[in-house]
Amino acid sequence: MIKAPFDVATIRSQFPILQLPSERPVAFLDSASSSQKPEAVIAALADYYRTTNANVHRGVYQLSEQATFEFERARGRVALFINASHHREVIFTRNTTEAINLVAQAWGGSNLRPGDVILVSQMEHHSNIVPWQLIAQRTGAVLRAIPIDSQGRLVLDDIDTLLQGVKMLAITHQSNVLGTINPVADLARKAHAVGALVLVDGAQSVPHMPVDVQALDIDFLAFSGHKMVGPTGVGVLWGRKALLDAMPPFLGGGSMIKTVTIESSTYADVPARFEAGTPMIGEAIALGAAVTYLMDIGMANIAAYEHQLSAYLIERLDEVPEVTWYGPPVGADRGAMAAFSMTGVHPHDIAQILDSEGVAVRAGHHCTQPLHAALDVPSSVRASCYLYTNTHDIDRLVRGLSKVKQLFG
Amino acid sequence: MSDMYRDLILEHHRYPHNFGTLDPHDVSQEEHNPLCGDRIRLDLRIVDNKISEVAFSGKGCAVSQAAASMLTDELIGMDLDQVRQYGKAELLDLIGLPLDKNPVRLKCALLSLKALKVGVYRYLGQNIETDELD
Repeated sequence: MIKAPFDVATIRSQFPILQLPSERPVAFLDSASSSQKPEAVIAALADYYRTTNANVHRGVYQLSEQATFEFERARGRVALFINASHHREVIFTRNTTEAINLVAQAWGGSNLRPGDVILVSQMEHHSNIVPWQLIAQRTGAVLRAIPIDSQGRLVLDDIDTLLQGVKMLAITHQSNVLGTINPVADLARKAHAVGALVLVDGAQSVPHMPVDVQALDIDFLAFSGHKMVGPTGVGVLWGRKALLDAMPPFLGGGSMIKTVTIESSTYADVPARFEAGTPMIGEAIALGAAVTYLMDIGMANIAAYEHQLSAYLIERLDEVPEVTWYGPPVGADRGAMAAFSMTGVHPHDIAQILDSEGVAVRAGHHCTQPLHAALDVPSSVRASCYLYTNTHDIDRLVRGLSKVKQLFG
Repeated sequence: MSDMYRDLILEHHRYPHNFGTLDPHDVSQEEHNPLCGDRIRLDLRIVDNKISEVAFSGKGCAVSQAAASMLTDELIGMDLDQVRQYGKAELLDLIGLPLDKNPVRLKCALLSLKALKVGVYRYLGQNIETDELD
């Protein structure tokens, strides 16, 4: 029996989309792709446009000052949320993808030399592979990957060899398919010992567990607002201030400069240097509200609840003999999601039939083609949970799978 | 649902018609959908500008495989001008699935048609715009 550290029914009542009148409400099991939003976040976004809308860092009038205050207050909330040592270390980006591209281009472009190694892993999302390929092609650096074992964990036996020549270790905190939670603090220590920097893709970890950038002792952290009950269009790059200070701009334009002549420009200090153009003001403010919402519940509480959901999900999937799920067994290093296959039925068909039963899951390669190649399946179905998921949602998934068996059996 | 998984679709998925490869062949065209890994290879023998034999092989969801199976039944005896006229509307009519509001699954259904069109146009030495089929 699951004992949540908070009242899940109350949490659910705070998410308007889970309250829509419907004969058959949706069992939403695709939060790893994008989470639902609570009223507090939707209200923050609407309130900005209703009461505070003006550009930031420009106007001398009151509305603009108010917008700037709210925008910068959101930055401060995010800094507190991940325990950054300074709010200036928080850069607003569009999403995780843009945050990683920013580091790859701005840091990589000026620091990587031919033969330097960028180390990723076999389980990375395409957004933590392709940006590094692009900068490797430009600089002559080489991309290598840490392999994974049959349980979907990193194979770290040869990590000392793999780290030779590495200038950047770019690694996911939690796999978006396997649910594996990687030992990033250990990896960071080993990477730093050979002089490498460490970027952590926190898209799947920051929404679900306490993430403390100082405790992890990493150099960059990238994550997305929309996976953590915030709006789309805003993400975060956190970086150590000394590193950010030394990096050239990523995009050029307004806001990111000190002086401009036709011949040349000087650039603003961080974070403005990396926030060219009018930013996503309303979205950043709403992300601040999302962070407040999560902190009020407590990230440790959310992690504890999701750990139980994870065990329940796997226990129920194990009741369906045709199902093969991927990733490590239930334990401290597995998040509340499961990608799986079903004998004889294509993932698209599974997802379609589940949809007809009111169960929303994702089917496909989930932007992890190298991982699916390692698993030797072209695609999979993924069910993923969040703080508003309840055991009833998971029960409906399993009932839907019986329907799949019935049709395809 | 289960418009999408009516008996005919499941029947063709379980017991596909014209499944296999042709060797030799006049046309052999493979298409795949990178989104879900669906793959269809379509082989044709052509005599006097008409399709005399057809076979398909591949792996994928029930919709892509059943659509290919039904399409191959239609193709035997079809002349190449007819193939050029044969489009999305005809295929959807043939398989009878309500895919207008489901662009993701539409791609699954159209995969074999894409292989057919690309293969036949290539055989004729002509270019084809496949945008409509992507």
